[in-house]
Amino acid sequence: MSEIREKVDVCVIGAGHAGCEAALACARLGLETVIFTVSVDSIALMPCNPNIGGSSKGHLVRELDALGGEMGKNIDKTFIQSKMLNVSKGPAVHSLRAQADKAEYSRAMRKVLEGQEHLTIKQAEVCELLWEDLSENFPVDSLSQADSSASNDKKDLNKSGETAGVGRTAEKKVTGVKTFTGAVYECKAVILCTGTYLNARCLCGEAITYTGPNGLQAATHLTESLEKMGIVLRRFKTGTPARMDGRTIDYSKMEEQFGDERIVPFSFSTDPETIQKDQASCWLTYTNQETHDIIRANLDRSPIYAGIIEGTGPRYCPSIEDKVVKFADKERHQVFLEPEGLQTHEMYVGGMSSSLPEDVQLAMYRTVPGLEHCKIVRNAYAIEYDCINANQLYPSLEFKKIRGLFAGGQFNGSSGYEEAACQGLVAGINAAMEIFGREPLIMDRSESYIGVLIDDLVTKDNREPYRMMTSRAEYRLLLRQDNADRRLRKKGYEIGLISEQQYQDLLMKEELIEREIVRLKETKVGAGQEIQRFMEAHGSVPLKTAVSLAELLCRPELNYENIAEIDRERSSVFEEYQSYGRYMTSDGKLSREIIDQIEIEIKYEGYIVRQKRQVEQYKKLEKKEIPSDINYDQVPSLRLEARQKLKEFRPISLGQASRISGVSPADISVLLVYLEKTKSNS
Amino acid sequence: MFRTDTIAAVATALNDSGIGIVRISGEKAIEIADSVFFTKSGRRILREVPSHTIHYGLIKDLRDGTVIDEVMASVFIAPKSYTAEDTVEINCHGGVLAVQKVLETVLQAGARLAEPGEFTKRAFLNGRIDLSEAEAVMDVIHSRNEMALRASVDQLQGKLEEKIRGIRQEILYEIAFIESALDDPEHISLNGYPEKITEKLDNVISDINSLLQTADSGRMIKEGISTVIVGKPNVGKSSLLNMILGQERAIVTDVAGTTRDILEESVKLRGVHLNIIDTAGIRETEDTVEKIGVEKARKYAEDADLILYVADTSQALDENDREILNLIKGKKIIFLLNKSDLEQKISEQDILSLTSGENIRMVHTSAKEKEGMEDLEREIEELFFSGHLIQNEEIWITNLRHKEALQNTLDSLLLVKKSVEDRMPEDFYSIDLMAAYASLGSILGEEVGEDLIEEIFSKFCMGK
Repeated sequence: MSEIREKVDVCVIGAGHAGCEAALACARLGLETVIFTVSVDSIALMPCNPNIGGSSKGHLVRELDALGGEMGKNIDKTFIQSKMLNVSKGPAVHSLRAQADKAEYSRAMRKVLEGQEHLTIKQAEVCELLWEDLSENFPVDSLSQADSSASNDKKDLNKSGETAGVGRTAEKKVTGVKTFTGAVYECKAVILCTGTYLNARCLCGEAITYTGPNGLQAATHLTESLEKMGIVLRRFKTGTPARMDGRTIDYSKMEEQFGDERIVPFSFSTDPETIQKDQASCWLTYTNQETHDIIRANLDRSPIYAGIIEGTGPRYCPSIEDKVVKFADKERHQVFLEPEGLQTHEMYVGGMSSSLPEDVQLAMYRTVPGLEHCKIVRNAYAIEYDCINANQLYPSLEFKKIRGLFAGGQFNGSSGYEEAACQGLVAGINAAMEIFGREPLIMDRSESYIGVLIDDLVTKDNREPYRMMTSRAEYRLLLRQDNADRRLRKKGYEIGLISEQQYQDLLMKEELIEREIVRLKETKVGAGQEIQRFMEAHGSVPLKTAVSLAELLCRPELNYENIAEIDRERSSVFEEYQSYGRYMTSDGKLSREIIDQIEIEIKYEGYIVRQKRQVEQYKKLEKKEIPSDINYDQVPSLRLEARQKLKEFRPISLGQASRISGVSPADISVLLVYLEKTKSNS
Repeated sequence: MFRTDTIAAVATALNDSGIGIVRISGEKAIEIADSVFFTKSGRRILREVPSHTIHYGLIKDLRDGTVIDEVMASVFIAPKSYTAEDTVEINCHGGVLAVQKVLETVLQAGARLAEPGEFTKRAFLNGRIDLSEAEAVMDVIHSRNEMALRASVDQLQGKLEEKIRGIRQEILYEIAFIESALDDPEHISLNGYPEKITEKLDNVISDINSLLQTADSGRMIKEGISTVIVGKPNVGKSSLLNMILGQERAIVTDVAGTTRDILEESVKLRGVHLNIIDTAGIRETEDTVEKIGVEKARKYAEDADLILYVADTSQALDENDREILNLIKGKKIIFLLNKSDLEQKISEQDILSLTSGENIRMVHTSAKEKEGMEDLEREIEELFFSGHLIQNEEIWITNLRHKEALQNTLDSLLLVKKSVEDRMPEDFYSIDLMAAYASLGSILGEEVGEDLIEEIFSKFCMGK
């Protein structure tokens, strides 16, 4: 009997948001790539909410785009409503969110994949990873020697029954994958993007089906193979609300939610002019006491409260049952009705995910104003799946113990399309970097939300699906969605996913911003009558002495547009700027994109400077690399817990080490001193 | 140095009290102590005894078996000891010489002489104490008088830590509130928050201010109070200095302007450490050398913590007195009404009429008859203990690094206030709140900056 054997560079398992980005990155970098999916019809499926972006997630998408990812471009092609959130707050928390036409989004992404050179789509369930042992070539961690040297610790080590495998296991290298039908694909790297499909089961009250999202086939074989390789799996759960037949909804009882008048694209490569269009509306309504009563009366029938679900769910994306229990004093909760697409009547009921039984769901939804006569197209359900604790990964998203094996997306314990896509991109890039023998792409917490996301995933003790939030980023005034290209395009260019032309555009943009800021700082206006009249007209305190235009811009009531009146040089300068083509509007003015950068940099200069100082402080420990061959048993005076955690996590820098729970500042001091000592000794 | 070898040192000050403790710490502490410590019946027992027990016995010279001292030995098994390592403390009773010989014996048995602060360093590195405690211990070692000791001991017991932790917690609450409101605007509202945080900020700022106000006093406690003797020429300043010092230090003549430069002396009065500076009499002078001295006197007077103003009561106050008093306005002053043995031309009332300040302290002295010293000592002591130099009775900042960190915290909080006043969006508050939180953390050693570590360890004589 013969079997199919193929040789490629990279195998990507799963074609969700992570898988698509991973596969596209590898193929675009010239690597022969196969992407496996259980159903080609569900490439880039959005099984939950019909939108991309949102608070802090919008940042992720823009960063992904700056690095050369696809999600931003794809939503620009397929959105049906777009909104910049939090505009009343500071620029750091402005965030873009777009409603997608789900079917179109999926189709458009499939088209991109199909059109990509070096990329093959394969409908097949991968059942097994192939690997070889590297233990003969690699020295086993020197734990055994250390046992004799540190007598005190040895006692305690035995007592605590510490995870003996850590540091002892032989290293492996992944060599390929095998499908259910027996086909073998030999490769140099494998990227696991299995999402919620591994041993998935869906729960709708007492009804349980062993399927992935939307009734799709679950992947039931791979877990065993992963466990054989020494990967530790765990179980998480997440949920989705019901979809309603839009014709049965009474919108007159709801508040209409419109998109923005002026649409800002996600992708830095999309020309804003090309995407201005009529938008669909969303609708806001609320739960009430009656809704909550029904939920409370039926809590015993919820699989979570009845103890049927073992997986841990996300606190930050709670089901309506959770909200009613946790915010018991709240009289109502928001409910958003969002269209699933333009070619369907289906409406997503945002804010009311649930795993209650079908009959309770219907009763509960029908208490909500506007949903009194609703008909459910798809029931709400909870889904449970196998995933990993990402502390088994390096920040490059490669498994510490298995060379060539990378992982991204919900498999790593995250939630959300955007989080998945970003990890997929980074895993894809780093698989390629490893094959090319180049340095991996590792971003720190001061460079991007993606850096924060991955650092949190691989360093912290995450006990529930990880969702990105603004509060997770310490340096968010620097990590704005509006400057993602200025932060990351260069990296994308160096990696090879950003074209020369795109990079040149960025340099041009930087130059234009710089020129105009310098001009505003150098242009003074005197305290003449005309100026004072202008100040008065704008409710601004009159000038005492001459000031620069930049200083005027610092006043909250003044902005780049309204100071045009007293900026006499402006029109002549704009003529000089005409060479900056795409950053000037058709009527010869600076584009919004540039004005935003100028205003933010000038208005918030003091804050930006202070935040940069904080970053410098942070970077000091971040730059202190910990050698990969460090033997923590030889570091004296480390507390036992810290020693165990450090051996388990093997952080790449002192900074990362300092964020591991169980490692105290005193331990970091010890490590710092130890590293200094070993450095000066060598 | 960074190794787990065993160290030993005399852990108490060497003086004539006759009792001294030799402390041994490290992996082999018990083994080493056991090799030199014997019970009356000649048995070695220290390896077998439980932790935290004290034992009577003899220290013997290993070479010839002679008894060096009768001692009490306490055993502390890791991690429940000061350093979190195995520790033995030997209480010696035979006087200075015996203590030193016991130490020598222990060193011969395999311990290494500890470097200054090394026990504390180990305690810190082993996570036994936090940074502010470690620094307080260092301050104990370095402190120069009893008051400073009291301040150090308070810090050691964690009063500073408790206070800082409390403030830090309040800041953290605000950060958390803002952040959760950003992430969950549906359930957490920022309506009216600017007003709320302003109130909170004012409280925290005033807390920090009062801590900071203790900082200068704290420095005085540790380094001694900078005290300057000023007055017109030939009112008897140098004679008074000699009286205070209890020795003839300054040259005294009847000629006005004898003291042409500055004399500096250190003295301890009732536990208060003074650095006393005798200055040239302040007057308009044409003599170049004296002129320099007068200039210096003015400068010292400006920087002084305490001024001893000397007036000759046998002569009427004049314009010159008025000028000098003007110069030292706002300072802590004790008036010394000198030459009380002579006919009195001025009264306390005359002095009061020249000064506007309240709480004027006056002491009648006669340097010649050595009178008034006790009154002066009492005034200084009272000034010190009454809280005029120390505003916060409980916690004093005696450490420059702490002072800087508090100052940074204060600056950051003022910036938050400014953001509120400028009506910036709430998410801007967190930038400076985070900075304040980090600054306070650096006092507790909970924010590990690399600079911080280096700064601390430079104090511990880390070696190369």
